[in-house]
Amino acid sequence: MLKYFTDIFRSVWSVLIGMKVTFRHLFTPAVTIQYPDVKLKLPERARNRLYVNMDDCIGCFQCDMACPVDCFKIETVKGLPTEDLGMTSTGQKKRLWVPVFDIDIAKCCYCGLCVYPCPTECIKMTDVYEFSETNRHHLIYNYATMTPAEAAEVRRRAAEHEKEQAAKKAAAATAVKKTPPGSPPVPPAPGSSAPPAPGAPTPPTEPPRA
Amino acid sequence: MEQLLRSLIDSDIFVYTVMAALPLLWILPYALFAVWLERKVSAHMQDRLGPMRVGGWHGWAQTIADILKLIQKEDIVPAAADKRLHFLAPFIVFVGSYAAYAAIPFSSAFIGSGINIGLFYIIAVSALVTVGILMAGWSSNNKWSLFGAMRSAAQIVSYEIPSTLALLTVVMLAGTLNLQEINRLQAGGLTNWFIFRKFPFVAIAFVISFVASLAETNRTPFDIPEAESELVAGYHTEYSGMKFALFFLAEYANMFAVSAISATLFLGGWRSPLKKLMSGPVWGAFWFISKGMFFVFVQMWLRWTLPRLRVDQLMYVSWKVLTPWAFACIFGVGLWMVL
Repeated sequence: MLKYFTDIFRSVWSVLIGMKVTFRHLFTPAVTIQYPDVKLKLPERARNRLYVNMDDCIGCFQCDMACPVDCFKIETVKGLPTEDLGMTSTGQKKRLWVPVFDIDIAKCCYCGLCVYPCPTECIKMTDVYEFSETNRHHLIYNYATMTPAEAAEVRRRAAEHEKEQAAKKAAAATAVKKTPPGSPPVPPAPGSSAPPAPGAPTPPTEPPRA
Repeated sequence: MEQLLRSLIDSDIFVYTVMAALPLLWILPYALFAVWLERKVSAHMQDRLGPMRVGGWHGWAQTIADILKLIQKEDIVPAAADKRLHFLAPFIVFVGSYAAYAAIPFSSAFIGSGINIGLFYIIAVSALVTVGILMAGWSSNNKWSLFGAMRSAAQIVSYEIPSTLALLTVVMLAGTLNLQEINRLQAGGLTNWFIFRKFPFVAIAFVISFVASLAETNRTPFDIPEAESELVAGYHTEYSGMKFALFFLAEYANMFAVSAISATLFLGGWRSPLKKLMSGPVWGAFWFISKGMFFVFVQMWLRWTLPRLRVDQLMYVSWKVLTPWAFACIFGVGLWMVL
C-alpha cells in the first residue's frame, strides 16, 4: 500500500523535474546554425573543391599520377624552342602548353594526394564546398585557360615542328648512311616520330573541350 | 451578443449562423498559430530553432505555407478502403470537437448556446470524436490504422471516467451544469476560483481532469493511438491532403476545448484574476483565451517532456490512480459541504 503512494508521489515529482528541465532548455540558446546565412568556419586544412592555378601549371602530370581515382584529364603540347611560355611564380620555366586540364570533381575523393606532389604548388584545396549540380557533366571542371582556337594552333605548330624535326633527322640519317658504306643496316623508319610529346599524336580533329 | 446580432438583422437563421461560425473564426487562426507554436516550443526545448525561414520573423508563416500545400495535395483513398466511411470520418472527428465549442463561454457576452446542461453536453458530444476515430481506423483497411483507432477508443472510454468524476467536484460546489453560471460563481478575484476552494480536493481534481484530458485528446504522454514509432501515424495513416489537415485541426481544436473547460471550471473562465480590474466582455474574452492558451502551452510542454506510456501503464494510471483519487476528491468535497 505504501508503495502505491510512493509510486504516485515519485511519478508526479519526476514529471515536475522533467518539466523543469525542458523549461530551462526553452531558454537556452539553440545550437542550430542558420546554414546558408551563417556558416561555420572551416578548419585551416579542410579539403574541399580543388582549384588549379593554370598560370603556374607546368604540365608535369604529377597530380594525375598521384590521383587514386583518375579524375584528371590533362593534355600537354610541347612548346617550340622559339616560343617563350613564361615562368611560374615559383621561378620555373614553362616548357609545355596545357590545352586540356579537366578535373572530374564527381570522381574526386578529396584525399588531397594531388596537392602534395605539385612542384609549383598550383593545385590546391579551397574552402568551397557548395557545388551541387543538376547535371553531372557540369561537375567536370575545365581549368585550361587556352581557347579552343589557341589550343588547335599550338597543336598544329607542335605537329609541324615535329614533322620538321623528323624530316631533319631522316635527312641527317641518310647523310650519315651515305658516308660510311659498310655500316650496319639501320632501317630508315619513314614516319618515325620516335618520342612524341604526349599530346602530339592526338589529331586536331578531336574537339577540344571548351 | 445575441441581442446585438438581433438588433442588426432580426432573423433566426442569420443570428444562429453567425453564432455558430464565430468559434470557427477563432479555431482556424488559433490552429495555425498553435501548430507553429508547437513546433517552436518543441524545437527550443531541444535547443533547436524550428522553422525560421517562411515569412521572415521566426518562420511565422510556416503553417500558412503548410496548409496551402495540404490544400493542393492529391486526396488519396486506399483502393481497399470503405470509401464512404473513409470520407466521412475526418468530418465527424472535427464536428465532434467543434460541437463542444457551442457550450464554451468565451466571454460574459458570448456563448454559443447558454444551455443549462452545458458541461454534460460538452462531455457527451466530445465522445463523438471516438466514433470518428474508430471510423477512420476501420475504413482505412490498414492494420496500423485499426490498432490506433482501437487504442484510441479504449483510452478515451477509460479516461472519460476520471475526467468526468473530477469535473463533478466542481459541479457539486457550483450546483449547476451551466458553464456561464459556473463562471459567475467564481466572481471576486483569484481566491474565489474553484481550484482554490475546499483545498486540496478541488486542486487534486483539477490535476486529475487535466491529465485525463490529455488522454482524451490523444496527446503525449498518452499518444499511443498515433504512436509514430509503432503505428506509423495511427488512425490517420491513410489520410492525405485536406482530410489529414482536418484531423490535425480537430486535434488542435480539441486541445483548446479541453483547456477551455479546465479554465472555465477551475480557473474562473473569463473572470479577471484582479477582481473588477480589467473585466468586461472583451477583457473577458482576453482572460479566457489567455487561460486556454496557457493550458495549450502546458500540453505542449508535457508533450516534449514525457515519453509515451505503455498500454498497461495507461490503464494502470486510469483505473488504479486517477479514478480512485477522483472518487476521493468527490468524497472529500461532499464531506466538507455537509459538515
